[in-house]
Amino acid sequence: MEIVMSAVIGLIFAVAIYLMLSRNIIRVLIGTLMLSHSVHLILLTMSGLQRGAPPLLFLEAGAYSDPLPQALILTAIVINFGVTAFVSVLVYRTYKEHKTADLYDLRGAKDE
Amino acid sequence: MTILHLAVLAPFLFAILVPFLFKYFRKVHTGWFVLFVPLILFIYFLSYISVTSDGQAVMQRMEWVPSLGINFDLYVDGLSLLFALLITGIGTLVILYSIFYLAGKEERLNHFYVYIMLFMGAMLGVVLSDNIIVLYVFWEITSISSSLLISYWYAKKASVYGAQKSMYITVFGGLSMLGGFSLLYVMAETFSIREMIGNADLILNHDLFLAAMILVLLGAFTKSAQFPFHIWLPDAMEAPTPVSAYLHSATMVKAGIYLVARLTPVFAGGAEWFWIITAAGIFTMAWGAISAVRQKDLKAILAFSTVSQLGMIMSLLGAGSAAFYYMDGDNALYTTAILAAVFHLINHATFKGSLFMVAGIIDHETGTRDIRKLGGLMTIMPITATISVIGLAAMAGLPPFNGFLSKELFFTGITNVAQYDMWNGDTIGMLLPVIAWIASIFTFAYSAIIFFRTFRGKFKPDMLPVKEVHEAPAGLLISPIVLVAAVLMISFFPNILAYSIIEPAMMSILPGILGEGSNFYVDIYHWHGINLELMMTLGAVIIGTIIYVTMNKWSKLGIYQNEQDIMTTVYDNGYDALIKGSQVLTRIQMTGMLRDYIVYMVIFIVLIMFYTMFRFEGFQISMENASEIGIFMYLILAALVITIMLLPRVNNRMTAIILAGFVGFLVAFIFTVFRAPDLALTQLMVETVSVILFMAVFYHLPNLTKDNIAPLTKAINIVVAGSAGLMVALVSMSAFTYGQTTPFDAISEYFIENSVELAGGYNMVNVVLVDFRGLDTMLELLVLGIAALGAISMIKLKVKEDDDV
Repeated sequence: MEIVMSAVIGLIFAVAIYLMLSRNIIRVLIGTLMLSHSVHLILLTMSGLQRGAPPLLFLEAGAYSDPLPQALILTAIVINFGVTAFVSVLVYRTYKEHKTADLYDLRGAKDE
Repeated sequence: MTILHLAVLAPFLFAILVPFLFKYFRKVHTGWFVLFVPLILFIYFLSYISVTSDGQAVMQRMEWVPSLGINFDLYVDGLSLLFALLITGIGTLVILYSIFYLAGKEERLNHFYVYIMLFMGAMLGVVLSDNIIVLYVFWEITSISSSLLISYWYAKKASVYGAQKSMYITVFGGLSMLGGFSLLYVMAETFSIREMIGNADLILNHDLFLAAMILVLLGAFTKSAQFPFHIWLPDAMEAPTPVSAYLHSATMVKAGIYLVARLTPVFAGGAEWFWIITAAGIFTMAWGAISAVRQKDLKAILAFSTVSQLGMIMSLLGAGSAAFYYMDGDNALYTTAILAAVFHLINHATFKGSLFMVAGIIDHETGTRDIRKLGGLMTIMPITATISVIGLAAMAGLPPFNGFLSKELFFTGITNVAQYDMWNGDTIGMLLPVIAWIASIFTFAYSAIIFFRTFRGKFKPDMLPVKEVHEAPAGLLISPIVLVAAVLMISFFPNILAYSIIEPAMMSILPGILGEGSNFYVDIYHWHGINLELMMTLGAVIIGTIIYVTMNKWSKLGIYQNEQDIMTTVYDNGYDALIKGSQVLTRIQMTGMLRDYIVYMVIFIVLIMFYTMFRFEGFQISMENASEIGIFMYLILAALVITIMLLPRVNNRMTAIILAGFVGFLVAFIFTVFRAPDLALTQLMVETVSVILFMAVFYHLPNLTKDNIAPLTKAINIVVAGSAGLMVALVSMSAFTYGQTTPFDAISEYFIENSVELAGGYNMVNVVLVDFRGLDTMLELLVLGIAALGAISMIKLKVKEDDDV
C-alpha cells in the first residue's frame, strides 16, 4: 500500500510542479494547492498506513495509528488554507491592477 | 590587558575622540592632538630596545576565543620592534608634516585622522600579533584604511579608481592568506607563530606545505606590491602625500616583507621558498626601476621606485633563506642577505619618506608634480633641494650615504647565491646579480631624472599653476629634515644600529641557526677594497649617466610616451570583462519570470537530492511490512490519478475548480480510510471553503486559455516536473522503508501513554495540538491572522494611477 501511495504522491507532486510552470496564474494557484495535498499525503504515508485503530483512546484498541504525523498534517492543512486564501486575493488583485493573468506579461521592467 | 595591549589599541581608542576634537576645537588643527599618540608610542617602544638587543623577547597574553585557540597574544622581538619603531617614528613625522600639508580650511580632517589612527593601530597589530588570526584581522584593517585614505579626496575620479584597485588587489591577497593560514593551522594545529616555528618539521614534510606557502605568499606579494600585483601602488599615489609617505612607502607596503621575514623560520629551507621569493623580488626590482624611468609624475616615479626597492628587499629575504638549509650561522655567505634586507628596510624608510615629503612640498608650492613642467627650483627652494640631493643620492646608492652601504651589502648577498652549491644557485643563480645590476642602473637614472628635471634646467613659471613660487614654510620642512638627518646619521655611523636594532631583527628572522649565546656578526663599513660590488656600483653610475644624458633621444619613443603599465591594462580589461560577464550571467538568471525561478529551484533541489541519495545509497525500497491494499482503495486511487492527469488539460476555470475540489475531497476520503478522522473532517471543511473562495476569486478572472508555450519549453517543463515527482516518490518510499527497518521506537508512544494521564483527553491528535504542542497551535492562529490581514489590506488597498505595483 505505502509503495503504491508513494507513486501516486509522486504523480500529484509532478502535476503540481507542472502546473506551477504554467503561464496562467490560475494554474499556478491550483498547482500550489496540489503541492500541499501531496505533502500531506507523504507525511501520512511515511509513518506507515493502517497500523491499528484511529488515535482515539476510548476505542481501547491494542494499537493506534501514529498521532504525531496527523497532528502535523492538521496544522499544515490549516496553514495551507491561510496561504491559499492570501494567494487567491493576491492573484485577484494582480489581475485587477495589471489586467492580465499571463505571467509572461507580468515580468518586471526590462532594465532591472 | 597589559600596557603593550593598550599600546596597540591606543590609536583605535584615540580614533573615537578625533571627531569630537575636530568639532569642538576648530581653531586648533586636529593634527596637533593626534601627534601625541605616535610620539608617546615611539618613546614607549624605544624602551624595548634594551630587552631585544639582549636577544630576549616579550610575550603578553590575552585570551580572546581560547576555545578556538585564538588569543590576542602580543610578541615583541627584534623584528617586531623594528617595525613598531618605524610605524610610530615615521608616523610621528608624517602627522607633523600633514598638519602643514592639509592646512586648508575645508579639509575633512576628522576623516583623515580617524583613518590614519585606524591604520596605525592595525599596523602595530600586524607586526606585534603572535596569533595569525589576529594578525589577519589587523592585516585587513590596514587594507581598508589604506583604501579610505587613497579615496580621501573622493570627488576625484582617479582617487576612487586607485582606492578600488588597491582594495581589490590587497583584499584578494588577504583572503588567499587566510586560506594559507587555515592550512598552516591544519598542519601545525596552532594559530601561534611561536608554536609554528617550534613545529616547523611537521609543516615542512606535510602534503599541504606548498599550497599553504603559495597562498601566504599571495598575501605578502599583493601587500608589498610585487609583480604582477604592483599595479595598485602607483594608483595609490592619488592619496594625500603624507599618506603616500607613510602607508605606501614606509610602513604598509612593508607588511608583506614583514610577513615573509616572520614566516621564514616556518617555510624556509626548501628550494621553492628560495626561488619564488628571490625570483619575484628580483624581477619586481628590475620592472619597477625600468617603469620608474618612464614616469613623468614625481610621485609616480617614487611609487615605481618603491616597487623596485620592495622587490630588492624581498629578493634578499629569499636569498637569505638558504641559511636554514645550511644551518651555519657563522658563515656570512648566507646571512649577509638577511643583514642587507633589514638594513635596507630601515634606509628605505628614511630616504623614501623624505623624498615623498619633498615631492609633496614641490606639489604644494608649485601646484604640479609633472617633471615636464618643473625645473630650475634649486635657487628658489634651496633647502628642499638639499634634502632631495641627500635623499636621492641615498636612493641611487652613491657613497657615502646609507643607500650605498645597503646596496653594497645587497650586491654581496645576491652574488653569494652563485656560490650556493644547490638549487641551481651556481647556474640560474648567476642571472640574479645581472638583473640586480640592470635594475640599479635604472635606479640611478630615475634618481638623476628627479633631481635634474626638478631642480636644474630652466625655471618655467608660465607652465606652473602657482604664480609666485617660493621655499616651503618651516613646518613642512621639519619632517623631511629629520628624516634626512637620520639618513646622514646612518650614513656616517651605521654601526649605531648594528647591535641595537639590526642584529636582534636578524635573530628573529633566523632563529635557531646560531649556537647558544653567540651573535650574528654585523659590521657595516664603507671601504671594502676594490671588489666586485664596488665595480658594479661604478658601472651602474656610468651607464645610468649615459641613459640620463641621452634622455632627449629616447624620450621620443612610444614606450616612453605611453607610461601605462602593461599589467594595468590587463587589470582594466579584466575588470570590465568581470562586470560585463556578471551582467550577462544576471540577465540569464534573473528573467523576471516565475516559471524560470521555479525551474532553477526544482532542478537544484532534485540534483542535490539525487546526488546525495545515490552517493550515500539512500534510496532503499522494500515491500516488507507494507500494508494490504483493499479493492476500494484501487478505485479511489484510480479516480485520484485520472483527476490529477486531467487538471493540466482543462481550459475552463469552473471545471478546473471542480476538479481541484474533487482532488481535495478524495484526499479527505483517503484520510478516512487511513484512520485519520480529524484530518478528514478538517480537510472537508477547508476544501469546501476553498472551493467557494476560488469561485469568488475566479469569477473576476478571465477564463483559462490554452497555454501558449514553446514546444521545447514545454518538454523541459515536463522533464523538470517529472523528475521532481520521481524524487518525491523515491524519498517517500525510502522514508517508509527506513522507518520499518531502523530499531528506534516512534516518539508517539509518549503521546499514547500520556494523553489521558497528563492532558485528560482521549483524542490524541487533539491533545497533541492543543496541549503538548499548544504554543505551536497558538502561533498558527497568528499566521492565519496575518494572512487574513494581508488579504483584507490587499483588497482595500488603493493604488494611485502612476504607482508601479
